Amino acid sequence: MTHLGYLIAGWSISVAAVVAYAGWVLVRGRSLSRRVPENRRRWMMPDD
Amino acid sequence: MFRDAWLIAGKDLRIEMRSRVGLNQIVPFAVTVLVLFAFALDTDQEALRTYAPGLFWVTVLLAALLAIGRSFAVDLADGAADRLLLSGIDPIAVFGGKAAAIAVQLVVLEVLLGAGVVLLFDVTVHRYGLLVCAGLAAAAGVATAGTLYGALVAGLGVRETLLPVLLLPVVAPVLIGATRAFQDAFGVAGAEGWAWLGLLAGFAAIYGVFGALSYGALLEEA
Amino acid sequence: MTTAATESTGTGDGISATTSSRATKVLGWLTLAGFAVLVALAFAWVPEDTRITEQGDVVGQFDAVRLMFVHVPSAILAYTGFGLTFLASLAYLRWRTDWWDMMAHASAEIGVLFGVLTLVTGSIWGRPTWQTWWEWGDVRLVTTLVMVLVFIGYLAVRRIPADVAVKARRSAVIALVGAVNIVIVNRSVDWWENRTLHQQSTLIARKIRDETLFTLSFSFAVGMVLFAWLLLHRFRTAYLQSQIEELEVDEALEERRAESNMQDGYP
Repeated sequence: MTHLGYLIAGWSISVAAVVAYAGWVLVRGRSLSRRVPENRRRWMMPDD
Repeated sequence: MFRDAWLIAGKDLRIEMRSRVGLNQIVPFAVTVLVLFAFALDTDQEALRTYAPGLFWVTVLLAALLAIGRSFAVDLADGAADRLLLSGIDPIAVFGGKAAAIAVQLVVLEVLLGAGVVLLFDVTVHRYGLLVCAGLAAAAGVATAGTLYGALVAGLGVRETLLPVLLLPVVAPVLIGATRAFQDAFGVAGAEGWAWLGLLAGFAAIYGVFGALSYGALLEEA
Repeated sequence: MTTAATESTGTGDGISATTSSRATKVLGWLTLAGFAVLVALAFAWVPEDTRITEQGDVVGQFDAVRLMFVHVPSAILAYTGFGLTFLASLAYLRWRTDWWDMMAHASAEIGVLFGVLTLVTGSIWGRPTWQTWWEWGDVRLVTTLVMVLVFIGYLAVRRIPADVAVKARRSAVIALVGAVNIVIVNRSVDWWENRTLHQQSTLIARKIRDETLFTLSFSFAVGMVLFAWLLLHRFRTAYLQSQIEELEVDEALEERRAESNMQDGYP
């Protein structure tokens, strides 16, 4: 495979950035969720 | 409405005339930037002459940031902005007046800096008409966009750092257009100066209309 | 990618304290599965980009073409995010509801993320194929850069502590101006140096192989699912934030009321 370094760099930076952002949003969402009563979180539903 | 705009512009300009902040601080700052460019380019007269149009406009934009920030700082002090709001003057007139006052200051600055560029960077002017028109159109564009963004960040606390971040990317087309027009006027590069003047005028017109229309919404709470 | 794993916080009824719902879980797993398939397609199925000239030389991008499947969807998602911010800002100025304000905020943030990724992956792709990391004369490069800068400024405004309505209104105007500005920058850069390194309308000209075209379309689909997943989570985070601010105001009011009652009771 030619240009392997460029391929690895391009793909891994993209994946890392998206994962980092997604993780940040999830963690923040989790910590904020704890401070809001359930009846104010409309997307909440019992797990099944 | 025009009378009101005239009043606002006159008020802003009188404040500037009396406080002399523009003359005592902004102009020396701009000249210093020009001198720094000369140092950065290592006293290469040829390079200075070639890049003079771009350096000139970068300097104008940096100085414009100071002038715009100051124009709104003056309004915020002592609740002057609130009283302006209560006076019932049409927001469009307020926008027009403030933009006109900033444009006048920019034109004065351009004249002084232009003299500086001619003296320090050894450029010669080939087309005076183009030079004057481009200078006026670019000043109008920076003033209209600057007034809109000045109002957007007014009273947000971190105005000094926020204004450059927001305004500079927006006035990038002015930098491109005005630099090209000046390259033509100085005869350092073959560019279609008059076509670029069209871009500058269009920019000023778009931001003039946009600013006038949205100024009322921005003044509501400031 | 971390999907929204459920975590019961001991509330007893099995309701988890996260921003995930059934919809985001489906979207999250779809994204993961789609991404796995995309990697397989991009690296195993799509042939390398080569062409044989009349002289018999083999030319082309070779394997560097596989960067297309991260770069192009990133660009599409960035423009989707900024477009959504523009529409949500217009809607906010029309209806003045928090919902549109939060939508504008969430989509702008995702737009900036993918805008930066577009620039980075484009630069990495440009090096082997155009022999340069950056080209100032290229309209799309410079337009995208200015656009990302404008929306970074937009996010900076959103981060300033200020009255919610004030901030929402000003942000909306900034987003509208920013969108108008994109058109102006695009035109001016086009006149400035109208040389472009980008391939003109690859898709329309049908110069692209079927495998590559399919994988590219597939990457758009995966990208859109990812976008929806991110947007839902980010929007809910913004919503929670506003709820907390509201709760704090309520609590403060409650305390004041209690204080004044005390004073009334014991003069």
